[in-house]
Amino acid sequence: MSPRHALRAMLVSAALGLALGGCVQRRLPDHMIDVSGLVAPLAFHLTDQNGQPVSAADYRGDVVLLYFGYTHCPDACPTTLATLADALAHLGPQAKQVRVLFVTVDPRRDSTAVLKQYVNDFGPQFVGLRGTHEQLTRVIKRYRVSYHYEKPDASGAYEVDHSSAVFIFARNGQARLLAQEGAPASVLAADLHQLLRGA
Amino acid sequence: MSDLAYLLPWQFSPTACAVFALTLALYVRGLVALRRTSGAIRWWRPAVFLLGLALNYAVMQTYFDFLAQHMFWIHRLQHLILHHIGPALLVLSAPVPVLRAGIPEPTWRWLCRPGVRVPLGRLWRALQHPVLAPVLFVGLIYFWLTPSIHLTAMLDQRRYLLMNWSMLIDGILFWWLMLAPREAQGASALGYGMRCIILTAVAMPQIALGAYIALSAKPLFDVYALCGRAWAISPMLDQQIGGLLTWIPAAMMSAVGGIVVLHHVLAEERRSGARAARQTSDASARVPA
Repeated sequence: MSPRHALRAMLVSAALGLALGGCVQRRLPDHMIDVSGLVAPLAFHLTDQNGQPVSAADYRGDVVLLYFGYTHCPDACPTTLATLADALAHLGPQAKQVRVLFVTVDPRRDSTAVLKQYVNDFGPQFVGLRGTHEQLTRVIKRYRVSYHYEKPDASGAYEVDHSSAVFIFARNGQARLLAQEGAPASVLAADLHQLLRGA
Repeated sequence: MSDLAYLLPWQFSPTACAVFALTLALYVRGLVALRRTSGAIRWWRPAVFLLGLALNYAVMQTYFDFLAQHMFWIHRLQHLILHHIGPALLVLSAPVPVLRAGIPEPTWRWLCRPGVRVPLGRLWRALQHPVLAPVLFVGLIYFWLTPSIHLTAMLDQRRYLLMNWSMLIDGILFWWLMLAPREAQGASALGYGMRCIILTAVAMPQIALGAYIALSAKPLFDVYALCGRAWAISPMLDQQIGGLLTWIPAAMMSAVGGIVVLHHVLAEERRSGARAARQTSDASARVPA
């Protein structure tokens, strides 16, 4: 191999590297990740806390926050939902155009009645969703999240490992942001405000 | 979930199923055709080919794929198979004559048309370049393990598929260049000494990256916490096992590659030795006593 060929090969490799580098994700400060064009648009068929079958179309026009958890969750879910409630309080009257969809990954224990009482504690913008195993599997595959049941203790109680991110969708159902666990309410409120303005 | 369900694709990919089914069909057709014309192929070659094909299929289109999406170390195991072990097995089975015999004649004639053959040949020679091939091989590992890029590949189904296919295709290209006997590589054959240099050169950055991941004091890849792990495991342990898989077996593949290259060298020497001996005995036979 001549030196000229070696040089050309190195240049081609470098150009390829730069081109691929264009795929690097923009990372916003404070626990927020831009996922525009990465995460699938909002779509699901589930049942809400009133026993009504609902789909993504029912929330078109609202900014939607999608979170997976379960009502027996000892820490992560209540903390995250409380932070979201706090963020909505920051928004004031605008919060009416935001929906928080809490999808239970433990539909066996989370009946509609249990879900209803649980989400009502966080506010009127909170919707509890449950589905059959097939419906839930379809949603978790779409959002590439997982859940896993731990071994039950002597009383039959068990914990469920699940995703921690909040998926945030614009009014048109397109995925925009991922909020990491621990995102402060003020940061969430600022981003929601931007999304509500149509940004 | 029934046991059988674990064998079904977690996310069905028509492309993957089509590619694997077509490859299998070509190979079986080729085996049948060769058996009829030129007799036996040693049994272990099809066995190695089918094992390589099955391993690659299993990590892409069974429940394993779910585990790979939600556990860093299983993702590393998936890439160890797609980028190293699976392609190496495919190449070691010397599949080209069989696949060639399996291609229907009209398709082969179409492939031989200058409009198809010339650009394909050019692309092949470029990808088999002794500098570009190892740079691409190591570059892809580093690229998909850049934390910000890794995150997008795990969130976006299309990028995830692109990642896995890029590993498999590059794996086949690289291990073909390293492991195929010189006579099988044709005009652009790479010398065995050069292959040893390349195998050593690609081991170093893999060791460095694997060690960096395994010894890192904090989690480098957020996506597994964001989207959930397949089962409860400490994030650091997950990352350490993943780092070790990137470090040790991946680099060991270079040693295995070296042994295969040595085997080719010895086989070539044996053949040329036998030829020389034949020539001498022919020559002495011709000399009147």
